[in-house]
Amino acid sequence: MDDTLTRTVQPAIIVAGLAKTYGDTDKPVHAVAGIDFHVPAGSVTALLGGNGAGKTTTIAMLLGLLKPTAGSIRILDTDMLRDRHHVLPRLNFSSPYVDLPHRLTVRQNLMVFAGLYAVSNAGKRIEQLAEELNFASLLDRPAGALSAGQKTRVALAKALINQPDVLLLDEPTASLDPDTADWVRSLLEKYRAERGVTILLASHNMGEVERLCDQVLMMKQGRIVDRGTAPALVAKYGRQTLEQVFLDIARGQGKAAELSEVPL
Amino acid sequence: MSPPPTLSQDISCSLQRIFAMLRRHWYLLAGSWTRIVELIYWPAVQMIMWGFLTQFLASKTSYVAQAFGVFLAGMMLWDSMFRVQLGVAISFLEEMWSRNLGNLFVSPLRPGEFATSVLMMGLLRTLVGMIPVSIMAWIFFDFSVYGMGLALAGFFFSLVMFGWAIGIAVCGLIMRHGLGAESAAWGAMFLILPVAAVYYPVAVLPAWLQMIAWSLPPAYVFEGMRALLVDGVLRSDLLIGAFTLNALYLALGFWAFLAFFEAARRRGQLLGQGE
Repeated sequence: MDDTLTRTVQPAIIVAGLAKTYGDTDKPVHAVAGIDFHVPAGSVTALLGGNGAGKTTTIAMLLGLLKPTAGSIRILDTDMLRDRHHVLPRLNFSSPYVDLPHRLTVRQNLMVFAGLYAVSNAGKRIEQLAEELNFASLLDRPAGALSAGQKTRVALAKALINQPDVLLLDEPTASLDPDTADWVRSLLEKYRAERGVTILLASHNMGEVERLCDQVLMMKQGRIVDRGTAPALVAKYGRQTLEQVFLDIARGQGKAAELSEVPL
Repeated sequence: MSPPPTLSQDISCSLQRIFAMLRRHWYLLAGSWTRIVELIYWPAVQMIMWGFLTQFLASKTSYVAQAFGVFLAGMMLWDSMFRVQLGVAISFLEEMWSRNLGNLFVSPLRPGEFATSVLMMGLLRTLVGMIPVSIMAWIFFDFSVYGMGLALAGFFFSLVMFGWAIGIAVCGLIMRHGLGAESAAWGAMFLILPVAAVYYPVAVLPAWLQMIAWSLPPAYVFEGMRALLVDGVLRSDLLIGAFTLNALYLALGFWAFLAFFEAARRRGQLLGQGE
């Protein structure tokens, strides 16, 4: 079979019956309550939902940081619950809530991760990323001395250092000014076009999702309550923007109230 | 649900990833002279205090006069074990303090490789601190711990292994219970100090405490050290006993670390831990 076709038709991520429950059996808290979704290879998918909807929990389970209570996860045709170390070299992750060590310089941090991901010609790769992400002048500065925008760019460099096939991003533009956020989105678009990377991102920014994503998974209280392309969701809910759809679903109002009983 | 990964999958190793972690800690250590001074400072203070005490006791008791270095050697070996355990725990805590565990454990780094790297750092930090202090003891008090010859290597590595065992178990405890359990890094080893027979023989202890003492490797090492320094006898039986127990404790320490790691994964404690 043609290799390109295989990549196009086969999902890079397959999640089935994924659940995470905390707490006692008599008072369980269902952070993620049995979700199913596919992310086609080379596509960008957004996890949308309010705080506590289960987005970060889902990403943490995909990465192997959190053990699911039930369900299965396959990434790049590998069972993540059993063999995650086989596929982790082809994945990477970035989150504003997970820092790089502050006392190490940017270059030192990236050298360490280059070693962990077995990147050959690490020094050259770091210089290349620093040029692409426009932080060459910061390479020898301590990571803790960077601004939020600079930290985000360095965190993205960490996430791209191994040229991943699958990239998981938790709120990639959180706390960034509009200019820097736009710059980050352009970078992701460019990287996707060049490398055909599969991206799953959690975001609160509807403009970002509309611009970047092929598929949107709407989460609420640990469940996927709707899914589709951004324009299809806007049309389905009879709204003008994805933000209005988000608010309808979060508040259980408008068409969301009618649709809430329809199983997906 | 898929079957869980096997223990061998968790502890299989890549030297490249271990070196990457050592590089991370070396950058941190080499970039801060205060950290290096701290590694030498506390053992040096201890050594000077025990040196003067030894000088005083040597003029008052025949036991110390016969074996001048017995307290100083005891102090330095005990401190080596404590520094190894503390070095392991601090290397781990550096990741907690910098909220870096999430980055590390989504990389191909395996828990066994991570554990091995912090054990190596515990040893490295101890050598950086204790080698200068042993030279200072020779300069200030005319006592060379290296006079014990090859036996010193046996005593030292036996204590290093026990320091590793306690250190790696403490890392797991902190990972599972968060920075609230941080004090275990400093206090854990002192729990066994009374029964480690560092400065007095096991025979001094009540019978029930002697049983506990002989279940721990340090008692074998310090009894062996006294046999060498006081009687001039190398007790290989004691060294063999110490290494046998160490193998057991180190295996238990690794098992505890991996068990705590899995518990932390179940509870979602790898992502958000930090200051």
